[in-house]
Formats: sequence, C-alpha cells, structure tokens
Amino acid sequence: MSRLTASNVLLAREIIGYYPRPKSALIPLLHLAQHQDGYVAEDAMEHIAELLHLTPAEVLGTCSFYEMFKLEPVGRYVINICTNISCLLNGGEELLHHAEERLGIRSGGTTDDGLFTIEDVECIAACTEAPCLQVNYRYEYRLDNDDFDRLLADLRAGSRTDIPAHGTLGRIRQHIGPDRIAGIERPELAGTPAWFTARQPAADGGAGGGS
Amino acid sequence: MATNAYVSHATGYVDNEGPKVVTSRFLHPDSYTLERSEATGGYSALRAVLQMEPADAAAQVKEAILLGRGGAGFPAGIKWGFMPAVWPRYLVVNGDESEPGTYKDRLLMERDPHQLIEGCIITCYALGLNTCFLYVRGEMALAQERLAQALNDAYAAGYVGKDIMGTDVGIDIVLHWGAGAYIVGEETALIESLEGNRGMPRLKPPFFPAAKGLYMKPTIVNNVETLANLPWIFTNGVDAYRQLGSERSPGTRMLAISGHVNRPGVYEVEQGVVTFRDLFYGDNYCQGIAAGNELKMFIPGGGSAPWFFPEQLDLKLEAAEVGAAGSMLGSGALVVMDHTTDAVKACLRVVRFFARESCGKCTPCREGTTWEEQILQRIMDGNGRPSDIDLLLDIGSQISPGDYPAAAFEAEGLTAVPFPPKQTTICPLGPSSVAPIVSAIRRFRHEFEAKMPVAPAVSDQHEQRTDGETSMSEAEAEEVHA
Repeated sequence: MSRLTASNVLLAREIIGYYPRPKSALIPLLHLAQHQDGYVAEDAMEHIAELLHLTPAEVLGTCSFYEMFKLEPVGRYVINICTNISCLLNGGEELLHHAEERLGIRSGGTTDDGLFTIEDVECIAACTEAPCLQVNYRYEYRLDNDDFDRLLADLRAGSRTDIPAHGTLGRIRQHIGPDRIAGIERPELAGTPAWFTARQPAADGGAGGGS
Repeated sequence: MATNAYVSHATGYVDNEGPKVVTSRFLHPDSYTLERSEATGGYSALRAVLQMEPADAAAQVKEAILLGRGGAGFPAGIKWGFMPAVWPRYLVVNGDESEPGTYKDRLLMERDPHQLIEGCIITCYALGLNTCFLYVRGEMALAQERLAQALNDAYAAGYVGKDIMGTDVGIDIVLHWGAGAYIVGEETALIESLEGNRGMPRLKPPFFPAAKGLYMKPTIVNNVETLANLPWIFTNGVDAYRQLGSERSPGTRMLAISGHVNRPGVYEVEQGVVTFRDLFYGDNYCQGIAAGNELKMFIPGGGSAPWFFPEQLDLKLEAAEVGAAGSMLGSGALVVMDHTTDAVKACLRVVRFFARESCGKCTPCREGTTWEEQILQRIMDGNGRPSDIDLLLDIGSQISPGDYPAAAFEAEGLTAVPFPPKQTTICPLGPSSVAPIVSAIRRFRHEFEAKMPVAPAVSDQHEQRTDGETSMSEAEAEEVHA
C-alpha cells in the first residue's frame, strides 16, 4: 500500500549504517515495512529496493523466503498455534481445531472483521509449556479451550495492551550513538584492528593469527 | 540453595540442584538489567580478559574444551583455530533457535542478555576482530527487546563499542532479527540470510565459514549458549570448568525436557554425568512419566535426532556415548513420549516439520521430505498401500544412503548404527527427516501395518487368479511407486 514514511526512512538509513553492505539490512527493513503497515506492501518493497540499490525482484526474492513476512494484509492479531511434537503430545492439535471452530476460519485464514489470523506453526521454543501459542510473537502458555476463549475476549476488548498490532516485533531498538560506535568493519578494508596488532607478542611481528 | 522448583519469572526454568554456569542469575527477577548484572559480577571476566593477550584468551577456551551447544558439539576453541590470518573477520552469534523441542538460547537471551554480550566481546577480543552480529530468531520478540536494551545500556556503560572499559579496544555488536526459517540455524544459511539473501545453505567444502564466511571473509558462527559460558570460564578458570561434567564433555548444558513427564522444564545439567533415567525419573529433574504411564520412546537431542527407547535410559548424556548408541545430544532438547503415543502420528509430525522447513535447494530433500510427509499422511488416514513402509525407507535412503543411525533393538536382533547419517544433500536437514522414519519403522513396524486398510477387492481377485500368490506382482509394485 505505502512507501516508508519520512521518519521510517530516517530509521532505515540508520539501520543500513550498521551493516558492512547495504543488502544485509534487507530483512531488518522488511520488518520495518511490516511494522509500518502490518504487512509488507508492494510499494514498500520498491522503496526498500531504492534505499538498498537493489531491484524490486531481489527484495521480493528474499522476502518471500521468510514466513514471518506477509505479502497480503493479515489480522491485527496473528495467533500462531504450535502443533509440533511437544505440543502435539499435549493437545496442540486440539487447541488449533478449537481455534478454527471458534473463529470460523481455517489455519492461514483471517476473520472478516480483520481482527484475527490463525496459523498452525512449527516449534516456537516453549515446549515445556505445551500447548502454547504466540499472539504477534508474544507467548501464551499451557492453554486449554477456556483459556483460549478468554484470550480472544481480552483481545477483542482491547485489554491486552502488552500486545502490539501485528508487524511490531521488538519495541525497543538498538541505537548506537556516533560517539560510541567503534566502526563496523567493511569487507573491502583489509587490516587488523590497531588494538589487536598492538597486543601481539613482539616475536610475532604483529602478523599472527587470532588463535 | 537451589529451590528445586519452577521459577515464576523465568517460565519453564527449574532451579534444580547442581552447579550453575549460565543460569546463575535466573533467580533474580531483574536478571536482565545491567544493574543486576554488574552487582553479580557481570563484565568482570571481560575486564580480566582485556589484560590478557588475545591469543592467550583463545588458548584458554581451547583448553577448557568448550563444546558447541548448538547441535554439532564441536569444540569452540578448535573452531576458532580454523581462522586463517586474514582480516577483516567476523563473529556471528547464532540465536536462531528453532529445532523442535529446543529452548534454552531464548531463556539465556531473555533472562541474561549481558552474560551473552560479555561472551561476545570476549570472543571478538580473543579472535582479534571488531564486528559481531547477533542473529536472533524473528519470533522471539521479548529476546529482541531485552537484547536491544542490554546493548544500548552496555554501549552507554562502555562495555561495547569504542574504547571498551577505558582501553583502546573497539568492538561493535549489531543486533539482527531473523524472519522465520528453521534452516537459517544452519551456519552457512545464517550467513546467507545475514547478507540479505534467501536462507539457503552453501556447499561446503570448498569453503567453510571460518575461512570464507560472511562476505567471503573469515567468520566464526557460535551458538548463544556456547558464548554464554565464557564469562564463567574466565571468572573461575579453566581448571574449575573442567572439574564440572565429564572429561570429554566439561561444564554444563541447558536441557529442555518436554512431552509426557511430570515436571517438564529447562534444567542446567552437568554434561556426561547424569543418565536419561536420572533426568526423566529423578526428583531433581522431571519426576517421572506423566499420569503414571510407561515410557515408550524419547527424542534425545531435538527433532533431528533418531529416537531412543527404554533400553537406552541408562546411557549418560555424553556425546560420544550417545553417538555410538545411534543418536545425538544435538541441541539439548529431549521429548518424552509415553505408551499412549501413536508412533506413526509422532513420526508424521516430525517429518512434516522438515517438509515444511526444507529450503528447496537440494532435490532429494525438497522432493523427498514432501513425499515422506504425503505417504505418512495417507497411512495415518487409513489409505496406506502395502508397499508404503518400504517406500518410506527407500526414499529415506535416497536422502541418506547406507545404514541410517539407529538405536539397538535387541529383541529383533538389531544392533546400533552410530551417528551421524550420510547425506546426498548440502546440509543435514533432509537426512534429519529420515530419523523419525527409520526410528519408528524399525521399532514399531506393526503400528504402521495396523493402519493399512484391509486389502481391497481388486487385489483379492488378483490373488485368486495368480493361484495362491500373496505378494504383489512386479506390475503392481511399479504402479505404487508411480
């Protein structure tokens, strides 16, 4: 739908500066686009291509590999229900079926009101708390059907202020001040860091390996 | 004193009896803050390391026998030694934890990000490099937030960035979020992803990341838990570290034990000392199989690991021992399944994972894992064909030729086939899909057979016509394979 906003372009340029080559910033910028719009819009991909000196096809090529990037709008709350082995053993499939029934959609679908998308996902690293799910990548543990219904009610009521809209991952970003950055090493620039050379044993002439 | 109980603010973690190397701060609700870290010795190891020559620091890690905790168990110190004297060089930290059943890196990042940051800086210093990328799995929003805050605080406090702790040493750590792809946990795929590409593994040889990695420059990829051990090692010394665990596997490991046990949890456990039986039944650990049921099988090291059975319960958690017995300790994920578990269904679910996560680069994996899933699904649905069991093994042998690693099954006269499997693919993902298939069929072939439909009428007529012949004709077999 939209290109990156002016403030997001500033953020994008800061992110690009943290990488030795611009293309390395591609996944972070796709996250930024998804944070802005809730999904990765086509215009945003074109804009990212301009910022990184790539073709839009290269941007899409990377974007389409990663399942967190949504190329179409999804619900405000994306509910990822784990059905992998540990959750399977403890009712993950039943929880998924309950969710599908409650919301009247199949895994991968979005409710008509645009509020919920459900996905049947692979292991989300909370296996001792099975069955588990994530709402916009925030965990809910050991849910039974009633817990799930309560979760839906809370999300509908807007009382889960701890869960941002889909697209927002970490709400705290890394910022490295210009006075604190040591200098991201570019692959084109050969040479050992000065501090490392200075710490080599004298007999080694400063050309030794790091191990 | 350990409480031998869950810790409410660190969901899943159990504060059991035993030495704490990487989880020592977990009992503090504010363990992720710089204040708590500093008050409990945080960054004091770094201060000491900065007084050493980098090569000496690297030598100590080698001496400590710090085994990689990501899955392969390769000693970090030896891996570091593979770097040629070429600059620039990079450190990439693998926090893309997604092996089924595994979670310990997530807790380490959420609960003690400063410990990891300190480990990263120590590694960069020892290797003489000044740029580190910390690749965190996309789905782990809280870990991203905690690490971002910790990095911002550590930069401000002078532990990262320019002039670290008042010295001339400058090292940057850049936090990078993944975007949902299991295969990116493979180190060359992770490097591809960090370069902004589709996360597909690179062919190796000729180039291993230590020689040609990120931007084709020397790159060390280490797991989160591996590096989280470093502050303890440099605070307490190599000798103290090697007194923990066994001779071949010093130190501790974080193990996530899930499935049908009374107290599933993440435990810090001395390596090579306890047995699987201790873990599943011991009071200090999982306290028995849930609901008083019987153990049927267990996965000892993540979804990629061949299954073990009650016969293997008394093995120690020692990589060499477990490898010889036909599986691996892998990523420290143990999944326990009781006698009510449907072996075919469990097999299908693990295979389905690999089918969904195959990156598509190598044909045997891309096609093979999908075929495996489809065949298992039709068996589950009651539409299996008599030849399907052998067909599954046949497809498996095309992804992983030869005898596939498996546990001994003495009742059937089957001996153990040691780990690892062979592969016709670039990375181990495809061969991993064969683990549940060989494990389940070798042991529970009757469960597969029991799901086969009663022979259809057409076959009956055919058998009558061929006058007593009960096996499938050549033509019929061809048809099934087609």
